[in-house]
Amino acid sequence: MNVKAQAVLWVAQRASAAVLALCVTVHLATMVYAIRGGLSAAEILSRTRGSVGWLVFYTVFVLAVTVHAPIGLRAVLEEWFGWRGTARDVLLVGLTLLLAVLGMRAVLGVFL
Amino acid sequence: MQVRVWRGKADGAFQAFEVPRHASQTVLDAVTHIQRVLDPTLAYRFACRVGMCGSCAMTVNGVPRWTCRTHVDKVVKNDRMELAPLRNLPVIRDLVTDMSGFFDKWAKAKGRFSGSRTRNDDFQKIEPDSSGRIAVDAGIECIGCAVCYSACDVVAARPDYLGPAALNRAWTLVQDERDTRTLERLRAVAGDAGCHSCHTHMSCTERCPKGISPTAGIAGLKRKVSLALLRNTL
Repeated sequence: MNVKAQAVLWVAQRASAAVLALCVTVHLATMVYAIRGGLSAAEILSRTRGSVGWLVFYTVFVLAVTVHAPIGLRAVLEEWFGWRGTARDVLLVGLTLLLAVLGMRAVLGVFL
Repeated sequence: MQVRVWRGKADGAFQAFEVPRHASQTVLDAVTHIQRVLDPTLAYRFACRVGMCGSCAMTVNGVPRWTCRTHVDKVVKNDRMELAPLRNLPVIRDLVTDMSGFFDKWAKAKGRFSGSRTRNDDFQKIEPDSSGRIAVDAGIECIGCAVCYSACDVVAARPDYLGPAALNRAWTLVQDERDTRTLERLRAVAGDAGCHSCHTHMSCTERCPKGISPTAGIAGLKRKVSLALLRNTL
């Protein structure tokens, strides 16, 4: 991977971190607020089903995680285990797809 | 006091010596006493003894320090002191490390000034209070002692990482209005082996005996590289 691509990954990770900082804060605050009097699955679904706002919010959240986590793991694998090269990058692309699929499945699961 | 000194190469061991205490005694004084009085086979490096040359850095009680300007009073614990060679550099013998890899990385980071003027031209005027000049002043006093390099955990994790000193040098040149190779230098310091691997632990800044903050310079390089990336000039 050339230096320019490495720099792009760094910028992508920092930018996604900024998005995540906002998303995690909103997510946690909403959870704390929503369950303060107890909450059932039916109540959650009644608020999220058909809500375009929550669909957009959690789609952004999932995409930010999808960008952020594999790039961070790339550095961890190299610095802790000395693992670099094509095999590692293939694994990370697989992880990216897995996060995207599982994340969007969860988002659509509470929207539809 | 008892001074335990590393002997041999990487697979060596500590050897204990009894060294008399003196007023205003430096760690280097203690090492010199051992070499001159107790064991002439001890290998160590020093030159100026006044904090200019950067050759006497060692690991003192687990912390990298310049030994000529470190008083024993400051570091001795229970009348004991432990001296080892700098971390992250191959040990040649005893307290002497091979610093060639450290300085090779300065070259890789394009640490050499490259101006456009000749000796026939007039001096280029740099305003003392310009932002570039201020940034250069903050980082230019590096003596190349490798204390920061030894303190850096990223160097330990990634042997190809350029390290705080080389990146700090690159930063002072990137901020130098007279230098003509900024883009080439940014390409040299970007990426996994360069500024983007810095974890901002700030061990280099904590340990630099000259009070330089390589962390700040590395952050500056990240900003410059990101701007070059946005302008599609990297």
